Amino acid sequence: MLLLAFDTATPAVTVALRGDEGVLAEHTEVDARRHGELLAPGIEKVLAAAGCSRTDLTGVAVGVGPGPFTGLRVGLMTARALGDALDIPVHGVCTLDIVAAAVAADGAFAVATDARRREVYWAAYDVTGRREGEPAVDRPAEVADRLTGLGVAGQGSRLYPEQFPRALDPELPSAAVLAELTARLLREDPERLLPPEPLYLRRPDAVEPGARKAVTQA
Amino acid sequence: MSSADQPIVLGFETSCDETGVGIVRGTELLADAVATSVNEHARFGGVVPEVASRAHLEAMVPTVHRALETAGLKLGDIDAVAVTAGPGLAGALLVGVAAAKAYALALGKPIFGVNHLAAHVCVDQLEHGKLPQPAMALLVSGGHSSLLLVPDVATDVRPLGGTIDDAAGEAFDKVARVLGLGFPGGPHIDRAAREGGDPDAIAFPRGLTGPRDAPFDFSFSGLKTAVARWVEAKQRAGEPVPVADVAASFQEAVVDVLTRKALRACKENGVDHLLIGGGVAANSRLRTMAVERAEAVGVRVRVPRPGLCTDNGAMVAALGAELVAAGVEPSRLDLPADSSMLITDVTA
Repeated sequence: MLLLAFDTATPAVTVALRGDEGVLAEHTEVDARRHGELLAPGIEKVLAAAGCSRTDLTGVAVGVGPGPFTGLRVGLMTARALGDALDIPVHGVCTLDIVAAAVAADGAFAVATDARRREVYWAAYDVTGRREGEPAVDRPAEVADRLTGLGVAGQGSRLYPEQFPRALDPELPSAAVLAELTARLLREDPERLLPPEPLYLRRPDAVEPGARKAVTQA
Repeated sequence: MSSADQPIVLGFETSCDETGVGIVRGTELLADAVATSVNEHARFGGVVPEVASRAHLEAMVPTVHRALETAGLKLGDIDAVAVTAGPGLAGALLVGVAAAKAYALALGKPIFGVNHLAAHVCVDQLEHGKLPQPAMALLVSGGHSSLLLVPDVATDVRPLGGTIDDAAGEAFDKVARVLGLGFPGGPHIDRAAREGGDPDAIAFPRGLTGPRDAPFDFSFSGLKTAVARWVEAKQRAGEPVPVADVAASFQEAVVDVLTRKALRACKENGVDHLLIGGGVAANSRLRTMAVERAEAVGVRVRVPRPGLCTDNGAMVAALGAELVAAGVEPSRLDLPADSSMLITDVTA
């Protein structure tokens, strides 16, 4: 296998390549405003570092969020187009699960990432690392009330230390972890892989206009 | 199938609410597939950027395949990829740029990030052959109103003027709303005006046409307000609003200014070909008046058919093919989407 993995649902643009024996190359840059510029060159870099050609790829794994929409779409559009042009399957993984897969905790924990507007995307995980329920978007204080003192991985714990005093590593997702997780799921539990559909969790901000305001004073 | 001067180019356009994918071979149009989210925006009275961006992601791959099917080609036949890099809605542009990069990377072909306005000029080559050099271009749409001197669409586009407030198409949308007509306003106003409207019924103001005003800039905000005031006065007096007359008189004011300034620009720059593009170029009165007035001063008008005037991928592919033929360097894979890209930059 030659699996290309990337995630753009957080400030990190992280790309990795995994062969049969494990991860061959990883490239990560953190810049919340330049996902669209960094991803394609990042893909070229990991291919070059591993000495592989794009035509050798056998699959794509992509983080499907939740995450800020603009960056998230860069990853999903890239994954879908690569899958289409190379005629290879595209597998989706929840971005919170990628962070969770790298957590070394000896009990239950949670992952919270930055949803902006003073909210976090979050999910709780049991002692085996399996997610409990669907990811959600809420205010940090509301999430803290529900988590009752659990350690929290992800950038949410760095942004809101008062609500999440027990910060766990990692802060950001890694595409190498995504590649390993996807390879394991393909082997053991392919049903848990997701289609490459974005987890927005929020509706677009748009308000239907009311009655038109007169330009003249009545 | 292709040659250096007749490259097969796949073009992507996502600067607003249209997901456009076009394929050309040189100046020959092979496919023009467009998916639009316009119906999702209608109830908001304007394009909602996040709604448009979500729709682009969902529509892109199916639209690429619709274009390939129409052209009878496979992705492997493509020689180069072109994409609108700007100007436009930032989040919407980014979806097209991401798709174009991924296709270029997967196919191992060059990518050209191009200017949306230059693409609107270049598209006419698909229908009426090579553009004369220089040509004058009047681009009028919901997002733009520009007068451009075009010595060479691949390398040299010079802005002479543009709107200082609302774009022409925006004024059509807003006046349509005042008159209780639908979104987008252009086709509704055009239709209402043709249903017996008198273009001289109401003397609406012609913005920026005074002797000391910038000769090639436009302003439509005052006109829009004047229409609203006139309609509100009728309503307050309890009189019926003559929708056809208001529509025709408003449209006449817009078209009068657009054509007058465009032809003055032709005269002052010694240019005898005027190209009109952008969504408002589909307006029937603009087409008629431009041809009448241009003929009177010996200028030839070129207007692409309406389907090529509105945003589409074929125009982007057309400019991409022109760039390949002109030997212009391709863009790099880190090319950004630039929502306020300047017209002087034909490529990104």
